[in-house]
Amino acid sequence: MQIYLDLFIAFFKIGLFGFGGGYAMLPLIQHEVVGAPHKWLSVADFTDIVAISQMTPGPIAINSATYVGYTVTGSFWGAVVATFAVCLPPLVIMLLISKFYLKFRENHYMDMIFAGLKPAIVGLIAAAALTLMNSHNFVDYKSIVIFVAVFIATLLKVDPIKLIIFAGISGIVIY
Amino acid sequence: MKASKMPKLLQMFLTFFKIGMFTLGGGYAMVPLIQREIVEKRGWVKETEFFELLALAQSSPGPVAVNSSVFVGYKVAGVTGSIVATLGTTLPSFFIILLIAAWLIGFRSNPHVEAFFRGIRPAVVAMIAAPLFSLSRAMGIGWKGLTLAAAVAMLVAFAGFSPAVLIGIVAICSLVFGIWQKRRQQGA
Repeated sequence: MQIYLDLFIAFFKIGLFGFGGGYAMLPLIQHEVVGAPHKWLSVADFTDIVAISQMTPGPIAINSATYVGYTVTGSFWGAVVATFAVCLPPLVIMLLISKFYLKFRENHYMDMIFAGLKPAIVGLIAAAALTLMNSHNFVDYKSIVIFVAVFIATLLKVDPIKLIIFAGISGIVIY
Repeated sequence: MKASKMPKLLQMFLTFFKIGMFTLGGGYAMVPLIQREIVEKRGWVKETEFFELLALAQSSPGPVAVNSSVFVGYKVAGVTGSIVATLGTTLPSFFIILLIAAWLIGFRSNPHVEAFFRGIRPAVVAMIAAPLFSLSRAMGIGWKGLTLAAAVAMLVAFAGFSPAVLIGIVAICSLVFGIWQKRRQQGA
């Protein structure tokens, strides 16, 4: 039972503080699921989930909640609890915003908060990249070659799904 | 009353299920599909409202897809509507990931699967890092902002700071700084 409660709290936190969506949520997710005290996943596992999220529909926060919930408990219900927990804060907050939408639109305090949060979101994405640059994800010089190739291709706006499939096939060929 | 609302809820569930099913990559990739479905096809939200909705969805915590579903669902059919829309968006990825998780556990020891992921991992890191520059330019972040971004990145990546705590601190400081600046302008 404790594991379900831990899952709920961890993913509720991710939903509550996940400003900026997408990659900006990665350090938050990583902090909860890879970091102490839970250590539910290894860094390599976590990177694999990011890759799977890129290839499957849906937001990464939800994908990782479903994946972690299932693998940690080995049960369908673990996936349900974690996914529900990550959706709950955005659901409640966005409901309130929708209700008071006109007032919110002209709220200068929100603008003030976002002047600071925007750079922080960029910082969080940078942190996601930095923490994943380690020996789990970069095993040899070939990893660096793939990194540089995909980095350039991303700047050239190549479709991310194609890039992941290409990188995976390269992995099968070279390893 | 109830009879006329039921098909609408079902219609909404199916529309958001479609959005959840076909938005690969998440985030901004799903904007055109949502726009076509809810603005052009269904007319649930007006064009101008749609861009306001996007701004709101981005400034609220949580995935943009969930936030947009809650907003549109609420507009069309109240609280029930927002729950139905959110379920629609979430269910496709939920079942797909569940299948993959169950499958991957069995196949993880397969050397080909491991080699596949070994190739993918550095690619994922590159895909996160590459858009950083264009993103900070698009957000109009100056030197002060970049310094803050660098500080946040270092604290989270190397000092093990909790991102949730940092987000809270930055939000409070920005608010205090904003109010102080406004007061000073009014005083001058």
